[in-house]
Amino acid sequence: MNLTTDVLAGKRLSLARLLTHIENGTPEGRAALDELFPHTGRAHLIGITGAPGTGKSSLVNQLARFYRQPVNGSAPRKVAVVAVDPSSPFTGGAVLGDRIRMRDLAGDPGVFIRSMASRGALGGIAIATAGVVQAFDAAGYEVILIETVGAGQAEVDIARLAHTTLVVEAPGLGDDIQAIKAGILEIADILVVNKADRPGVENTERALKNMLQLAHPTRRVFHHHGQVMTVKAPPAPQADGKLWIPPVLRTVATEGEGIASLTEQIARHGAFLRETGDWNRRERVRLQNELDTLLQAALVARWRATLPNGRYGEILERLVARELSPRQAVEALLAASSSRNP
Amino acid sequence: MTEKKIRVLVAKPGLDGHDRGAKVVARALRDAGMEVIYTGLRQTPEMIAEAALQEDVDVIGLSILSGAHMVLVPRVLELLKEYGMEHVKVFVGGIIPDEDVPALMELGVTGVYGPGTLTEDIIRDIHNALSIAPAA
Repeated sequence: MNLTTDVLAGKRLSLARLLTHIENGTPEGRAALDELFPHTGRAHLIGITGAPGTGKSSLVNQLARFYRQPVNGSAPRKVAVVAVDPSSPFTGGAVLGDRIRMRDLAGDPGVFIRSMASRGALGGIAIATAGVVQAFDAAGYEVILIETVGAGQAEVDIARLAHTTLVVEAPGLGDDIQAIKAGILEIADILVVNKADRPGVENTERALKNMLQLAHPTRRVFHHHGQVMTVKAPPAPQADGKLWIPPVLRTVATEGEGIASLTEQIARHGAFLRETGDWNRRERVRLQNELDTLLQAALVARWRATLPNGRYGEILERLVARELSPRQAVEALLAASSSRNP
Repeated sequence: MTEKKIRVLVAKPGLDGHDRGAKVVARALRDAGMEVIYTGLRQTPEMIAEAALQEDVDVIGLSILSGAHMVLVPRVLELLKEYGMEHVKVFVGGIIPDEDVPALMELGVTGVYGPGTLTEDIIRDIHNALSIAPAA
């Protein structure tokens, strides 16, 4: 397919087109992703998440700048940015404003920024974000920065997608109880206290460090959506005894302060994942998640096709009229399709 | 998940610092179900064309209050052509003297909107421009 060849050849307009196809879930997009898949798996995927206004976009801007012009003498790397902002639940429209903070990156052909609307997904990224990231990976972008929507406590999908997840905090948001709740802080491989020139930075840093001291470091490989895992005992130390303790770093993204040490920690985390085999383990779980999600969607679609016409609407009406409970409605639908397709 | 959204880049080229109009339009287009990429103030034509390419937008809205529209608009259109993006529709808002409107329309701009324009008109014109356009 032409689109695939052009993307692999580095044509930016074709890449932009492909990303639209992926976002819209078109057959062309799916076919191209199939063809590109063997070329993926090389990029370092870095997730950036945190509450609205903590400075995620400014941080992404600085990180991308750094990877383009490393001060430590390493070669510049091609950088893709995927910035997700929320879609309106009412109109489906969106204002995507992350580029405003990324103007320093304009004019550099080694940087490609794509804004995405969440299009109804609630996990902090869009359904199509994984596909968009794969396209960038195949197109030879070595570092992919994925900025989530402004996230609260439970938007943790990014940790399933990224190799390294940065959780960005700012002084003055929440206390030490917020810091021991489950969810977003748990997914941090690196905790960033941005706006560190503001008052209260010591308190925020202390709360985060205390949280880390209370935690038992665990090997963090993510499990399936919605699957609850019971942990019976504190995890036994691995044979090699190596566990990642998330560092807490201060940055002032608008001034570029702390960015060099942040990128050092990102590199250290990447090396850690490879050394311990966690890189492959995460990759495996991520691909399995993707497989299961696609399988579910495919099975539902195939099953819907076996359903007698109008049956779904009928049962939905009875559900709305409260003649059936949601569970009974499912039973009735399954019975309707099996009676026709034994 | 097959869903085609109209993607619009709203940009402010040039040196004036007032973006209230651009924000009002961005918000109205959002409420019309479009995905609006807002780039902020003081964009060069090069930055705008580059952003339009990366974002694969269908439409660009340029807000210009500085009087430099007869320089900035042609330059944006020229760059779009250079990048192979002639299919992108461009509209202009801001303070544009009446006598310049025909010249802009002649260049291929789909609409010029001054103060007091109803946002419904802009939305209608975008829909019209895109449905007339050959499927890109």
